[in-house]
Amino acid sequence: MSLEQFKNRNVGVQHYRMLDLSHTPQTGWGQFKQVVRRTLSLELFVGLKVTLREMTKALFFGKMHTTKYPFEKLPVGPRYRAIHEMKRLLESGHYRCIGCGLCEKICPADAIRIETAYGEDQRKQVQEYTINFGRCIFCGYCAEVCPELAIVHGGRYETASEQRASFSLFDDMLTPIDRLKEQKEFPGYGSVSPDADKRIHKTPLAY
Amino acid sequence: MMSNNITITIDGIACEAQEGEYILNVARANGIYIPAICYLTRCSPTLACRICLVEADGRRVYSCNARVKDGMNIVTQNEAILEERRAIMEVYDVNHPLQCGVCDQSGECELQNYTLELGIDSQHYAIPDTKRGTADWSSVLHYDAGLCIVCERCVTVCKDMIGDAALKTGPRGGDPLDKSYKATMPKDAYSMWNKLQKSVIVPSNGTEYTNCSDCGECTAVCPVGALTERDFVYQSNAWELRQIPATCAHCSSGCHIYYETKHTAIGNSKEKIYRVKNEWNYQSLCGAGRFGYDYENSSAVKDKTAFDRAVAALQKADTIRFSSMITNEEALMLQTLKETQGVRLVNPDARAFQSFLRAYAEASGQGIYPDDFKSIMRESDFVVTVGTKLRNDNPNVRYVFNNIQKMNKGAGIYFHPVGDALVPTFGKNVETFEHKPGEEELAMHLVLDLFADREALPDSVRKTIEAYHEPRTRTVTEKVMEEVTVTETDPETAEEKTVTKKVPKTVEKEVEYDHNGLVEALGGDAEHFDEIFGKMMNKKESFALILGEDLYFHPRADNLARLAALIEDVCAMKLAMVPPRSNALGVALICDLDAEATGYVVGYNAPGDFILSALGTGDLDMPALNQQEGTLTNMNKRVVPTNAALPYGGYELNDLMNSLGLGKTLTVDWTTSLPEDRGFVAIDFDALPNGYANDGQEHRGYLLDVPPAEKTATEIAPFDGDGVLEGQIAYRCNPQRQFSDFTDKAHQIFEPFALYASPEKAEELGKRVTVVFDRGSLELDVIVDERIRGDIVEIPDFQSNKNIYALFGDNRYATVTLRKGS
Repeated sequence: MSLEQFKNRNVGVQHYRMLDLSHTPQTGWGQFKQVVRRTLSLELFVGLKVTLREMTKALFFGKMHTTKYPFEKLPVGPRYRAIHEMKRLLESGHYRCIGCGLCEKICPADAIRIETAYGEDQRKQVQEYTINFGRCIFCGYCAEVCPELAIVHGGRYETASEQRASFSLFDDMLTPIDRLKEQKEFPGYGSVSPDADKRIHKTPLAY
Repeated sequence: MMSNNITITIDGIACEAQEGEYILNVARANGIYIPAICYLTRCSPTLACRICLVEADGRRVYSCNARVKDGMNIVTQNEAILEERRAIMEVYDVNHPLQCGVCDQSGECELQNYTLELGIDSQHYAIPDTKRGTADWSSVLHYDAGLCIVCERCVTVCKDMIGDAALKTGPRGGDPLDKSYKATMPKDAYSMWNKLQKSVIVPSNGTEYTNCSDCGECTAVCPVGALTERDFVYQSNAWELRQIPATCAHCSSGCHIYYETKHTAIGNSKEKIYRVKNEWNYQSLCGAGRFGYDYENSSAVKDKTAFDRAVAALQKADTIRFSSMITNEEALMLQTLKETQGVRLVNPDARAFQSFLRAYAEASGQGIYPDDFKSIMRESDFVVTVGTKLRNDNPNVRYVFNNIQKMNKGAGIYFHPVGDALVPTFGKNVETFEHKPGEEELAMHLVLDLFADREALPDSVRKTIEAYHEPRTRTVTEKVMEEVTVTETDPETAEEKTVTKKVPKTVEKEVEYDHNGLVEALGGDAEHFDEIFGKMMNKKESFALILGEDLYFHPRADNLARLAALIEDVCAMKLAMVPPRSNALGVALICDLDAEATGYVVGYNAPGDFILSALGTGDLDMPALNQQEGTLTNMNKRVVPTNAALPYGGYELNDLMNSLGLGKTLTVDWTTSLPEDRGFVAIDFDALPNGYANDGQEHRGYLLDVPPAEKTATEIAPFDGDGVLEGQIAYRCNPQRQFSDFTDKAHQIFEPFALYASPEKAEELGKRVTVVFDRGSLELDVIVDERIRGDIVEIPDFQSNKNIYALFGDNRYATVTLRKGS
């Protein structure tokens, strides 16, 4: 095993490069001149030209384009994949996740963390599971690698909230147990291929 | 074990080998790959997996148990061998649960690796599965029989290396194989399956629980997820853990370990050690090393006021008392303080060892004991230990003793006052002497008597030894055939006639023999010892003597050191000594230690007026040894590096040195300043390697090169019997897996601070006793140690605040009064 990583003790001494920003007025007089120049040249109305035109159309000619979000929402395409969903087994209602940690491993943004433990039923239990949506790049690797089709990307696209944690916990992503019947399977990406039966060697069974 | 160099060819590559080596080991040493599951380097071949099949000179052999011959031509792979190996892997996969997703071993599983490597993508064999459950074998061991492939590595390592022999194969209760397989399957795969289908692993004592030292080596060697540490089950995937090569700091063995760390929890990104792993082919760990990892000082912060007080304390200190749980660099810092500020350095265990080493050096002219434990384990076939409690003092010395019995067809003599039930089970040629405390000199004389050339001995010693010998007679019973005349009645003719018959009869006969009074004095069977010893010496070539802590803490330690030097001189014996604590050897070499603490005492992990503590209980926090880098000197005379596994937020000893104007930028900058006249080499810390090569070569740090000492004429004083202790004796000895406050802090080490006694003695004492010493008394619970024999009780010293060293003084044994009840 290489010891290189232990030998760099100069933590924090990186080579920073400063951005070369254009000069800003340094003196009070210079700043005043800049304000006067910008105000009197009516640059503002050049920028607002299109806006004013569209406003006039909307107000007086009934040509409104705005969707009144969040009261109105545009429909998303059926193949749209965003916020993760955790699926349940249809028969038992138990969550599908077995805690294998492959999503944690494959995540290129290192956004997923999982905690597991030895449960009282002698099975591996998922104690805690989070996806950091500040880092998630929605690449879909987690859904692809999942051996149980437990994690998939759903149609929910709203990644804004007062706290990021409010939709990144396991229970928030899990299909609510009372809506198990509405749980949708996603064909295609990440799921069992249609010709799976042909490609799998059957294992002999002795009973 | 002299061996000759020969040349063999493996897959067309010429390889140097030694006569008698196994093909597999030669291949590994030369970087040639042969798959093998059940084989463990340093243990006997099990021949359970049969996957290491190769062709040697056209004949099929198992490379793990076939020895090389000069000019041998070996093919490691051809179509027939591959077919066999594939069949074996398919058989292993039959009914193996498809649970890789949840299995702890996934990612480092040998079953996964070989299945993938051999391209097993279909299954041709089937048999009804048998229900096999899980079991917790002990406080640390967890066994899942469903995952077990019965390679028996755990059984082998426990028997051949650890010596507990706590595991065996038991009945599985599976269906017999379909007879048709015998004709259609490859031969080896069939016989492997036949055996596999009949067995699982069970504790060897017939109960549900193992009676062992809880070292966890079985979990380390398990190729699949069947045997795991209880606390680690389903905690983390192997690939999430970051491996940090380090050195275990609990005892003087200084084993190579990997700390495996990961963030503590989703909401807590602080690093945490999840488990300890080892290179089990080359280095076996004990329970303290494997389970005693979480002793870090986690709460430490940079407390400026405490730091200033510490600086002031160091400035006015008259004495610094410290434990041997310290790096070489820190020991050097303390020595620098001694040289610049004139403080006294006090460390009782290292000082006793230091003066013993000094006496040995004066008598032998060698700076340090000449041999190391690794070479003894590899080469010796007769090992003698004096003054070390094999089961408790240093686990690796015990492994050495046991491994010599098992692997080198060895013999051993164990001199120790405390009887032990385990040591005699190591091999059939193990003799134990339960002598009285204080008779260690007699034991050394017996070693001289048995192994030295009588003529080479100094006159006084020779006369002492000869005085113990006298011819005596003993009665032996022999079977002789005797002619007897009896009268018989013929059943057919009813005629009586006399017949002469030969019947066996036992007669007693007097024979003369050489009575060895030394054996008798040491509590041995003097009447038959010559026969026993003759059997032990059969075909033995390489001898070794191991000395332990009892001799350093001994009223006549200097005389014992001289005897050791004499043995080294006149007997063809390897000689090694067990340093009493973690880095006692390093401290003994680096520091000039004083006997008594005087005035204002600063304690470093030791009692004092101002305490610097890595336990987090002192006046200023210090980093524990899993939080700092530095070097340790282990009992194999090797200076080995250790790396920091966990972050540390407080001040270090080097910061204190800096405030005193004596410091360096980093603690590891001291590494190059370690004293070269004591054997250290000026190598930069970052240049020190820490690992093993494929052939088992240890590339860790560097070997000490201690210069020879000046030999002064020393007379060996005759044994006068003054130091022999009688009556109720207490022995300063820690329970297995406990070494210091640090092992005590670890959450998986449960052995309590109590009085340990044999079952009979414990029965007699009751639940709780007061132990009265000359210098004070102590109240302790009584705990039964099933493996202690005899009357002596053991009192641990691993809790430094109990000040056990002060109670015992300069002897590891003390005469005490035991008062029942509280």
